Amino acid sequence: MSLLMTLRIAFKALGRNKLRTALTMLGMIIGVAAVIAMVALGSGATATIEEQIKAQGTNMLTITPGSVNAAGVRTGFGNSTKMIPEDAAAIRDLPQVEFVAEGVNTRAQLIYGNQNWSTTVQGTNVDWLTIREWPMQYGAFFSEEDVKSAAKVIVLGANVSTNLFGDGIDPTDQVIRVKNELFRVLGVLGSKGNSAGGTNQDDQALAPWTTVMKKLSGQINLNNIIASTRSADDVQPAADAITDLLHTRHNIANGDPDDFTVQSLEDIIALRTQSTSTMTSLLAGIAGVSLVVGGIGIMNIMLVSVTERTREIGLRMAIGARGYDVLLQFLIEAVVISSVGGSIGIATGYGVSEFVKYYQNWPTLIPINAIIMAVGFSAAVGVFFGFYPARKAASLDPIEALRFE
Amino acid sequence: MTRRADAVQEVGLAGKTVIEVKDLTKVYKMGEHEVRALRGVSLSIQEGEFVAVTGPSGSGKSTFMHIAGCLDRPTSGTYQLDGRDVSRLQRDELARVRNQKIGFVFQGFNLLTRTTALDNVELPLLYRSVNAFKSSERHRRAMEALSAVNLQDRHHHMPNQLSGGQQQRVAIARALINEPSMILADEPTGNLDTRTSIEVMGIFQRLNVEQGITVLLITHEMDIAEYGTRIIRFRDGRIVSDAKTARRRVASEELAALPPPEPDQAPAPAAQPEPAAAH
Repeated sequence: MSLLMTLRIAFKALGRNKLRTALTMLGMIIGVAAVIAMVALGSGATATIEEQIKAQGTNMLTITPGSVNAAGVRTGFGNSTKMIPEDAAAIRDLPQVEFVAEGVNTRAQLIYGNQNWSTTVQGTNVDWLTIREWPMQYGAFFSEEDVKSAAKVIVLGANVSTNLFGDGIDPTDQVIRVKNELFRVLGVLGSKGNSAGGTNQDDQALAPWTTVMKKLSGQINLNNIIASTRSADDVQPAADAITDLLHTRHNIANGDPDDFTVQSLEDIIALRTQSTSTMTSLLAGIAGVSLVVGGIGIMNIMLVSVTERTREIGLRMAIGARGYDVLLQFLIEAVVISSVGGSIGIATGYGVSEFVKYYQNWPTLIPINAIIMAVGFSAAVGVFFGFYPARKAASLDPIEALRFE
Repeated sequence: MTRRADAVQEVGLAGKTVIEVKDLTKVYKMGEHEVRALRGVSLSIQEGEFVAVTGPSGSGKSTFMHIAGCLDRPTSGTYQLDGRDVSRLQRDELARVRNQKIGFVFQGFNLLTRTTALDNVELPLLYRSVNAFKSSERHRRAMEALSAVNLQDRHHHMPNQLSGGQQQRVAIARALINEPSMILADEPTGNLDTRTSIEVMGIFQRLNVEQGITVLLITHEMDIAEYGTRIIRFRDGRIVSDAKTARRRVASEELAALPPPEPDQAPAPAAQPEPAAAH
């Protein structure tokens, strides 16, 4: 019998008892909907983090001393791992790299009149603004001259300026005290809110790295170097070039562990989204358990169905159905239940995620391959859990089956 | 359906053998116990005969019917159906033979519930392994079969809308649809009242006489067996008599002689028995 015919017969058989078919599908519907909804929420969270990290700057690379283990924790600080300004200068010479900024960080108390505010003072150079794609709110950034001469100039983050000078006030050319030094405010950064890690990006101040090094912190090593490339395609080649360069400069032989880390934004994204990705997989897995339950429900109902239809099966065999015909018919009935149930589940899961997105403002995103997998998995559940009842039906003896009460 | 009767006359195949059975035995194992259901049965049935097989319970007539219907295989002996030895075929082959060569009519009708008469009659066509028909051709043949049993006007009715006699007639139409070598009827009147039983036997006789269809009828009721042209009696796994029917009953004459049916005996939806429950 043709496949199309068997399909029609299967649909007809399922249509004879619509309530039972619907209830059997319910297991699959709920299972698939749960998986899709979990994946949607998880993927949405991951995508949001990705977006936020990407907003830190385009094609950006971060070079830090010490090696970073899988959890993002930096190890190996201390004298044995260091980066010096000459490293940054050497990186600047690489053709793959477009902008480079040294990084020297320290914490300091900023005082203006009777206002004070403790914050991080980042030492950097002029390229920082370009690399970080950060707009200015008031005034201007410092210049190459300022860096060369280690001028005592400072650019405030939006939050710092508000705390020292008040909301909406332009503090350009004002003088503030940083540690024991007087610094002139050159401008204020535009507001960027919280970063992906939750820190307030507006709570910082920027000064020339030479100034921070010589006048504020007294260190001779850099805390980090940031760089950016011309295009996205250059990012990996640049990362490789920087790695090779530092291997040479730091005398690291092949196979020895690095005393520095080069991370592109992609690397950071992968690091930060690891936990959300893991959560998503975990939730989807738990939801997947309900798929198994749905499949068991299908098998249960198909077994009942086979028993109830024993005489019908006997009749079909008597008029010429082979074992294969009977097997295929019941298998297809199971697959129809699971596939239709799965499709409804996908639509329901989509509906739930849209509902959550609208009312809770949680980001949701359903990747295409999740849908494809859900469809495939539903059909597979039907085949797997439908096989045993179908085989039972096919191996009935027609004589016994016809006599069945 | 009249092609067969014409063919029989034209080609002079009046003597063609439909069933040829030699030394058939069937032994069942029930635990350690052996049951000899058939102890060496030989017979031959020609095309156009109307044979009734009768005997008490346990006589082996059901076992013989199962083997004759290719639902089971003999332990030893040979069975030739339409000239082909079917005694050693595998399950799938037997299914194919059943589809092509045998039309079953059961005591319990065994129609699919919530399915129209037309779709019920069509069912054997769907299991054809060669020359499958497209749906318009299937419908045409099914209507033709229903006409042969005078039910063409009820082709869209479900079994629960038909009386017992009508359901059995649908089953007969279904048995005819693949133009089988024989109709094999197992207690076809067991669930019908007297009048309807005679009507159904009349249909078998009409098909047998007008269209030359071979009929093999299994029954334990002697008065039903007497509608056939030949009666074979089984006892304890053997044939004890095989002879032309002495006083053959003719259903059409009997029906004419009966008083008109009482209002409550007019065809009404059957309360009896469950057709093959299909969900």
